[in-house]
Amino acid sequence: MKKKILWKLMLIGVTFILAVIFFLPNTPLFLHMPDWWKKNMPAKGIVLGLDLQGGLHLVFEVEGNKAVEITTERTSSQIKELLAKKNLSADVSSDRLNISIAPSSPDIRKVVEDNYPNLVPVGSGDRLTFRISDKEAQRIRDIAADQALETIRNRIDQFGVAEPTIHRQGVNEIVVQLPGVKDPKRAIELIGKTAQLEFRLVEDEAKVAAELPQFIAQGEEEDILRQFAGKIPDDTEILFEKIVNKETGTVRKVPLLVKKQASLTGDLLSDAKVNIDSQFNNPYVSLSFNAAGAKLFEEVTAANVKRRLAISLDNTIYSAPVIQEKIAGGNAQITGQFSMEEARDLSIVLRAGALPAPMKMLQNVTVGPSLGRDSIEAGKIAGIIGTIAVVLFMIFYYRLSGLIADFALFLNIVLLLGAMASLNATLTLPGIAGIILAIGMAVDSNVLMFERIREELRVGKTPRAAVDSGYRKAFWTIFDSHVTTLITAAVLFQFGTGPIKGFAVTLSLGVTINLFTALIGTKSMFDIINSRRELKTLSI
Amino acid sequence: MIELIKKTNINFLGKRNIAFVVAGILVTIGIIAIVQIATGRANLGIDFAGGTAIQMKFEKHIALQDIRGALERGGLKDFDLQDLPTENKVLIRVKKTEQELGQISDTITNSISQNIADNPHIVDSITAIGPKVGGRLRADAAKAVVMAVIGILIYVAFRFRFIFGVAATIATFHDVLAVLGIFFLMGKEINLILVTALLTVAGYSLTDTVVVFDRIRENLKLRQRDSVEAVMNSSINEVLSRTLVTSLTTLFACISLFFFGGEVLHDFSLAMILGILAGTLSSIFIASPVVLLWGGKRLFAKK
Repeated sequence: MKKKILWKLMLIGVTFILAVIFFLPNTPLFLHMPDWWKKNMPAKGIVLGLDLQGGLHLVFEVEGNKAVEITTERTSSQIKELLAKKNLSADVSSDRLNISIAPSSPDIRKVVEDNYPNLVPVGSGDRLTFRISDKEAQRIRDIAADQALETIRNRIDQFGVAEPTIHRQGVNEIVVQLPGVKDPKRAIELIGKTAQLEFRLVEDEAKVAAELPQFIAQGEEEDILRQFAGKIPDDTEILFEKIVNKETGTVRKVPLLVKKQASLTGDLLSDAKVNIDSQFNNPYVSLSFNAAGAKLFEEVTAANVKRRLAISLDNTIYSAPVIQEKIAGGNAQITGQFSMEEARDLSIVLRAGALPAPMKMLQNVTVGPSLGRDSIEAGKIAGIIGTIAVVLFMIFYYRLSGLIADFALFLNIVLLLGAMASLNATLTLPGIAGIILAIGMAVDSNVLMFERIREELRVGKTPRAAVDSGYRKAFWTIFDSHVTTLITAAVLFQFGTGPIKGFAVTLSLGVTINLFTALIGTKSMFDIINSRRELKTLSI
Repeated sequence: MIELIKKTNINFLGKRNIAFVVAGILVTIGIIAIVQIATGRANLGIDFAGGTAIQMKFEKHIALQDIRGALERGGLKDFDLQDLPTENKVLIRVKKTEQELGQISDTITNSISQNIADNPHIVDSITAIGPKVGGRLRADAAKAVVMAVIGILIYVAFRFRFIFGVAATIATFHDVLAVLGIFFLMGKEINLILVTALLTVAGYSLTDTVVVFDRIRENLKLRQRDSVEAVMNSSINEVLSRTLVTSLTTLFACISLFFFGGEVLHDFSLAMILGILAGTLSSIFIASPVVLLWGGKRLFAKK
């Protein structure tokens, strides 16, 4: 009998020490530990969730259909070139989903079908109409999501965030978690920007260009587009250059008529850097093209001297300088009214490359660092006050036995924290509620036993017999009651979002550990009391 | 020995008609709440309905009407303001709009910064949820509730007789519906954290009921000569002090959380407090009468 107690005590001691070792990294004490300890012992502990340490949780949807549209457009212009090369005169056009070719000759059909196996014919008529096959469209959407993920990862790496989590969810969604970000708005812009860099010739020669107003106020863009719809040549469109008055902060827009077809795009870049011009101390972004890009840039500038070349990012023009002479060597620069940060972010997105398709934000949960701190403080206070109330009540109601239950409760809390630390579990705000709730519920097992023991004492059993049979009879009830809580916790874990998962984890761990502390912890305390001599009364 | 209650002999089952009427009213309110939620007329949180919520902390006290004015000047129309129990904190909510997600929060922060310049603020948190995610969270919450019910039913049916399982589930449903109904009547937000609280209440209330049923089962075996009603009554009396003590300690924890746990956990702990009260009462007054009415004398047959 005595040996059995000793074993139990050792078990309790070892688990207690392990729990303390695992939880140590979460206490200031860890900093004072010797180096060999820091190197060889658990150093991570409990991880704070985004809601407690502050940060960003973003969900984006990659608009895969846009990627399919882009591919359709590109394929359409490729077909046009191919047919021209084969001396087949044809009119090729595309309306985002379909590519339509006239005339509908068997020669043309054969050329298209031979070279583009992924196109399927749609309907019939005097024009040949093709669209991208469903299977290929699916593949394009899939690749777009993959590429977007890769691009976002690159951008965040260069932005510099400690321990970001970036992963795909479902078919076309991307989840980005950035703990501890100081400037959430900037991070969101950096990630969400499509960053499609384009160099497009400005059509200042066109008659209608002269009719465009010099400036408009922000918000009037739609009116201009409506006013000029149908008046501008087919191969052009109107984009706007944004001009901010540095003193007043007012924003004006300059409408420019530019070619629809870009002369060069950002995928030909090899590098982008921030520089500062020596004259005005303004930051600008200098671009270097790769070999193919440099050659193309040289050709374009040579052929269009004295014309303006607009540099646009996601259809907003940054600048539209006049080409003074042929530019060889493959260098260009984007000037504009940037702050240093904006220039830096711009260079990051240009280096990391454009997203293959625009993204739509589905969810944004931003938590500031101070809220997290407040929450932890509030949780600590609530936990301490709740614990004190429970502890005092138990002593008041069950006397010495209450003290034993409080010992089990203390053990319960330490082991719970230790278990969470050993799993590197994430503590969230609802998770704190889970811990506090577990504290309130932890004494239930002891209450069940104590009430049973009291009943046994009432029918006249000796304290030792009462404790033993009380334990035995209460066991299955305790077991049942724990399982029911675990069922709901498991369901919450399965279907909950991040913070709620945290709740499920703390609650279920708390409840499981409670089984140990009540059945092993409390019982061995009673055994110790009973083992010395046969007690006449039991303080319960 | 300090006893909350001395050895009692209360005829709990005799009061079943009163209990059923009260429970019936609570459950009806709960069902009305569910219908209102399903038809979108309840105060759904933005995690279910979609929209944007921004929590701000101001340096000095600020009147809600000042914020209202600032937001209206910034061009926002459809929004809710809420003073949080913590000092100088305000919650601004905009239900779903056609605008893009990122823009709404920008509009809010810009119009506050521009129009309330003399009382600086920091943004505590932004939660913006698009309709797609909102729908998914709603579906997940519904799935969670269904799965929890099935899990509970299976476990109790496995451990007890079927009739006990049904009664335990009815009692649990009563508690969840009662809390939901009260929240609905109070105009509180129905959100993800409330669903979490409700499921926790379900687990807790079931525990309470299981403890009572355990004792009834034990006594049914021992006292075959007494009436079922008498056995049930004395079983409930026997475990009464345990039921009350455990409810009390759990209530201590929840009340502490309610007063000191911060604004986010405020409603969560309120739901828990209501749920514990309902769960305690239902395990005493509802669960056993349901078994009695349905099962009657057949309960003595050995399993």
